[in-house]
Amino acid sequence: MADQPTAIERFVQGILPENPVYRQLLGLCPTLAVTNGLQAAITMSAAVTFVLVCANVITSLIRNLLKPHLRIVIFTLTIATFVTIADRFLAAYLYQMSKVLGPYIPLIIVNCLIICRCEVCASKQGVFTAGADAIGQSLGFCLALCSIAAVREILGTGGLFGIRVLPAAWSDWVIMVLPPGAFLTFGLLLGLVNWYSDRRSGKANRG
Amino acid sequence: MKPIEPMEPMPQSTLERLKNNNIIQAWLVLSLALFFGSALAGVQMTLGPKIEENKINETREKVPELVLGKEGAQQMAEAGETLEALPESVVVEKGGKQSTYSVFEALKGGERLGWVVKSSGQGYADKIELLLGLDPAAEKITGIFVLEQKETPGLGNKIVTDAWRGQFVSKGTAQRIAVVKGGNADGPNEINAVTGATISSKAVTDIINLAVADLKGPLAAKGSEGK
Repeated sequence: MADQPTAIERFVQGILPENPVYRQLLGLCPTLAVTNGLQAAITMSAAVTFVLVCANVITSLIRNLLKPHLRIVIFTLTIATFVTIADRFLAAYLYQMSKVLGPYIPLIIVNCLIICRCEVCASKQGVFTAGADAIGQSLGFCLALCSIAAVREILGTGGLFGIRVLPAAWSDWVIMVLPPGAFLTFGLLLGLVNWYSDRRSGKANRG
Repeated sequence: MKPIEPMEPMPQSTLERLKNNNIIQAWLVLSLALFFGSALAGVQMTLGPKIEENKINETREKVPELVLGKEGAQQMAEAGETLEALPESVVVEKGGKQSTYSVFEALKGGERLGWVVKSSGQGYADKIELLLGLDPAAEKITGIFVLEQKETPGLGNKIVTDAWRGQFVSKGTAQRIAVVKGGNADGPNEINAVTGATISSKAVTDIINLAVADLKGPLAAKGSEGK
């Protein structure tokens, strides 16, 4: 087997070079669904971080006991458990937010970002590396969600975190907080990220 | 020379048979499921009461608005007055089956201003849970509020909007409420369906009709009984 990346490499890769949303196009359901406000995006990222870190650590701890044909069952079981905990926790302590996010918290179970990290990293590497990988990927996910949410909220409602920042003369582009706004923003930001990284790698090749 | 007899297949050792047993192979899955299951039961036992409390608090907060209307509730809050919400449960018997409704009695200084009924039913996607405000004699609807729903975002979930819910205010309880498609509701007991979400609209109306049919009698009787 080729050398596996170290903990630090895993951590850094998750944030930008292998950003789950912009580079791997994983976890797009929450990316499109809950990014009409920054608050919802941050809560969703926090829930995903909790689930991903716990699932990665547990998977890494039991990686030597896994049987190849039963591993996916175990990943799903682990993920579902932590998602349920996150869901109950939000309903108990952030009731209004849990009503806003509605079914999207239970839907973290099918967020392929998490099962992908269990498969790619946690089932092959040690606990420390798996934890660093989970935190890196979660930061990348949070960054992506927040960037989309910030654009949508500011254009759609003229504010951030529910506080008005644009002058009253700004006519809110309601479409930005509706589903089409998610696709438009995501497409444009994805293009921007690709264009930027192309330019950088082009420069590196010429240099 | 005697031919060599074919050898019998070697019997599998007990250990080998155990190793190939499906249940044994799944030992990790089974024990993890057991462990996670009990962990979740613990979480539910710790957090369950808190979640119920959140729901009840929300219900209590909504009582003034449901009984007095939005403006009435605001006026009351500005005047510094509060409504008391007395939780009760009403058991309704029909066709040999018993159903229990949780009802809040809205009181102000001992005077009954109305009722708030919690009711639920199947929506388009999942259970819809709602609150229904009634006047003291249970003759008029004074408001509805959706506590929980998982209807289609953008279509069915418009049942939570003020504009749509407002249609139910001051509808009489003598007749069933009917849903009309296409925005032409003009009869005294008709309401417009949410565009593109007739099923969700019907579900809400059915829940209300059922609760009204079940509770009209018992609540009116309580009303005439006095305090």
